[in-house]
Amino acid sequence: MLIIGRRILTTLDKVKANQKAVIIKLNGNGSIRKRLLEMGFTAGTEIYVKKHAPLSDPVEYIIKGYHLSLRLKEAANIQARII
Amino acid sequence: MAAKKLTVAIAGNPNSGKTTIFNNLTGTRHKVGNWAGVTVEKKEGFVSHNGTDITFVDLPGTYSLSAYSMEEVIARRFVVEDNPDVVINVLDAANLERNLYLTMQILELGVKVILVLNMVDTAKKRGIVIDVKKLTELTGVTVVKSIGNKNKGTDEIIQAVISSCENKNTSHINLRYGDDLEKYIKKVEDILSTDKELCSKYSARWLSVKLFEKDKEILEALKKSPLESEVLDRISKVHKSIEELYDNDTESLMVEHRYGFIHGLCKELIHKSLEDRIIASDKIDMFLTNRLLGIPIFLGIMWLMFTATFTLGEIPMGWIESLFAVLADIVRATIPAGLLRDLLVNGIITGLSGIIIFLPNIMILFLFISFFEDTGYMARAAFIMDRIMHIIGLHGKSFIPLIMGFGCNVPAIMATRTLESKRDRILSILINPYISCNARLPIYILFAGAFFPNSANNVIFSIYILGICVSILSGLLFKKLFFKGESEPFIMELPPYRLPTLKGTAIHMWDKGVIFIRKIWRVVMVGAVLIWFLGNFPENIKYSRNYTGEVNNIEASYKTKIANAKKGLQEKLEQEKESIISDITNQEKSEHQEKTYIGKLGKFVVPVFKPLGFDWKNSVSLICGFVAKEIVVSTHGILFKVGEDADEGNTGLVEALRESHMTPLTAYTFMVFTLLYTPCLATVGIMKKETGGWKWTSFSIVYSFSIAWILSFIVYNVGSIAGIGLAG
Repeated sequence: MLIIGRRILTTLDKVKANQKAVIIKLNGNGSIRKRLLEMGFTAGTEIYVKKHAPLSDPVEYIIKGYHLSLRLKEAANIQARII
Repeated sequence: MAAKKLTVAIAGNPNSGKTTIFNNLTGTRHKVGNWAGVTVEKKEGFVSHNGTDITFVDLPGTYSLSAYSMEEVIARRFVVEDNPDVVINVLDAANLERNLYLTMQILELGVKVILVLNMVDTAKKRGIVIDVKKLTELTGVTVVKSIGNKNKGTDEIIQAVISSCENKNTSHINLRYGDDLEKYIKKVEDILSTDKELCSKYSARWLSVKLFEKDKEILEALKKSPLESEVLDRISKVHKSIEELYDNDTESLMVEHRYGFIHGLCKELIHKSLEDRIIASDKIDMFLTNRLLGIPIFLGIMWLMFTATFTLGEIPMGWIESLFAVLADIVRATIPAGLLRDLLVNGIITGLSGIIIFLPNIMILFLFISFFEDTGYMARAAFIMDRIMHIIGLHGKSFIPLIMGFGCNVPAIMATRTLESKRDRILSILINPYISCNARLPIYILFAGAFFPNSANNVIFSIYILGICVSILSGLLFKKLFFKGESEPFIMELPPYRLPTLKGTAIHMWDKGVIFIRKIWRVVMVGAVLIWFLGNFPENIKYSRNYTGEVNNIEASYKTKIANAKKGLQEKLEQEKESIISDITNQEKSEHQEKTYIGKLGKFVVPVFKPLGFDWKNSVSLICGFVAKEIVVSTHGILFKVGEDADEGNTGLVEALRESHMTPLTAYTFMVFTLLYTPCLATVGIMKKETGGWKWTSFSIVYSFSIAWILSFIVYNVGSIAGIGLAG
């Protein structure tokens, strides 16, 4: 976790439920990354962590006004800043 | 006057209500098939309006038109190559931002577009109001408002389609990708426009944009052009400099520009009067995806679905059985005894009934599945189960097909359609047969009851558990062997809960039933007739005894006995006579089975089964079981001379089995073999349809047989060596 001033730079899998974050960058490459981009995971977009599934994985997020689920493994590739 | 013909494509995000609108427009006047060469459903519907014939083609739901998922390739290809007159883009008004991403892609193609703003009522409830006039102004296309599940806006859509063909309804959005990138896009566009062949289908600018996005399909198409190396060279240089300048790759940049443009659009279009508040959907999810309640509720719903499908399904199944029995009686009454009649009754009618009998199960199951998908619960179910499924290499949505397998593998395999990725689908299909279906249960009951009278339940349960284990382990094995690499991501939208329309659900249910019959009737019929043939030929069998003569003798001898006997004794003598004749007939039938091709086949393959402890009678039953597992018990009945009506509760059969060479060990081995070996014909048929060919299906048949043989071999021989279960 990188702390720049009072803001915390981390990856999306580490953002807790009911926290809000801003997308910074998508790591990795390939179709997952492209798919996420097209679903709205662009830099500067706000994302809200709604809740975890009963077995902790996957996680429900709210982005661009809709609900989406991602596995923690996939969320780990998304750099974000908690706000 | 010839009718004017129009072809209209309907595109939109998944969950945008696109299918409901399609149903509203076309009703039952539609046909379902597959897109050429792939297992993706294609729906076409027909409407006639004031002399114009319109064909609506429902494209697969997509979030974009990039070329990395089959659905997107199909949608794009249809728009570009099949040249529909108009493309209707259905948008979810409550979710406009993301929906507009696809819209931008469609508009960039330069085709005639009509926007349908769907579910405006839900949007209004959430305080979202869209300025339709502004939307028309800014995009240059006709916009129609609709509420799909109340069938509102349908006429307006048809009107818009018809009038769009009369005017020049092309859009005028000005989507730019930033000054830097635009420079290069224009350069490449100029180069590409010199290749007339390449630009005959697509505009040069669109091609240029796609190439910068590393679009796989367009890169392929570029290979045919002499300009390929020059263009690729320039583009890769641009990628490099962009990456250095922005610390971000070109693709991301372009997507960001699109969303930036959309964001600007939305600012002018959407008026949000209420803050993000908890909507009804969230309230429901407080229970359904609750950390504690989520799984129990889900399991309860699964149980409900399972019980309804297989228990409720029994009722219409009974009707169908009766119907075919009546049909058989009619044939028996009208056609003289002989080969033709036998073929009709025991071959064709049996085959047909074997297909139609699945209809109730399939339709009820798909009633539930459609309901779950349309309400949005399916996404929650996958969300809850994904962790467990992922451990065994599968996707959350794979859970339902697996559970359904306990009832019947045929609808279970059909249910894998809910999985989006082909890999996940095939994997789920391949592991399904080892989940023990209902049809195998009578076999277990017969053998477990005969040889393990005190622990039959546990023995049967162990077989079910074995099936589950083989399923899971096979899944892991196949994943390692055939589906290596990145497993499909679990990026899944959780749409707000909605009430589906009865019409839509009913249509979906009906379609599934029709598709099922259309696709498997050939395979099943061939199999049924083949088994019939093997079981009835050669015709002139040399019996070891003169059965007819014997029966006549008995009849004759009893005739006098009965005539001379006292009133009370007569009935008893009748019964005695019938019993003796029945015995003789059964023995005749058994010898008949033995001496026809199927008996010979059974004896021929015995060497394969001997190491497992089976004899030729078991082999014949297993061969027949290939047609339908239900036959295994009745075939044993015939071969053990108890009659073909014997079911698993028949004490005569149980006794006969006990007195035969079979021991508890061979009985258990037989159950293991039945669990695992080749699935029944209907399952094979549906496998072929859902995997798109014989490749995977043949693999499954060979694998199933091998695994059945190997495990049975191990069980039998280890047991023999250890001296377990040998006492008969």
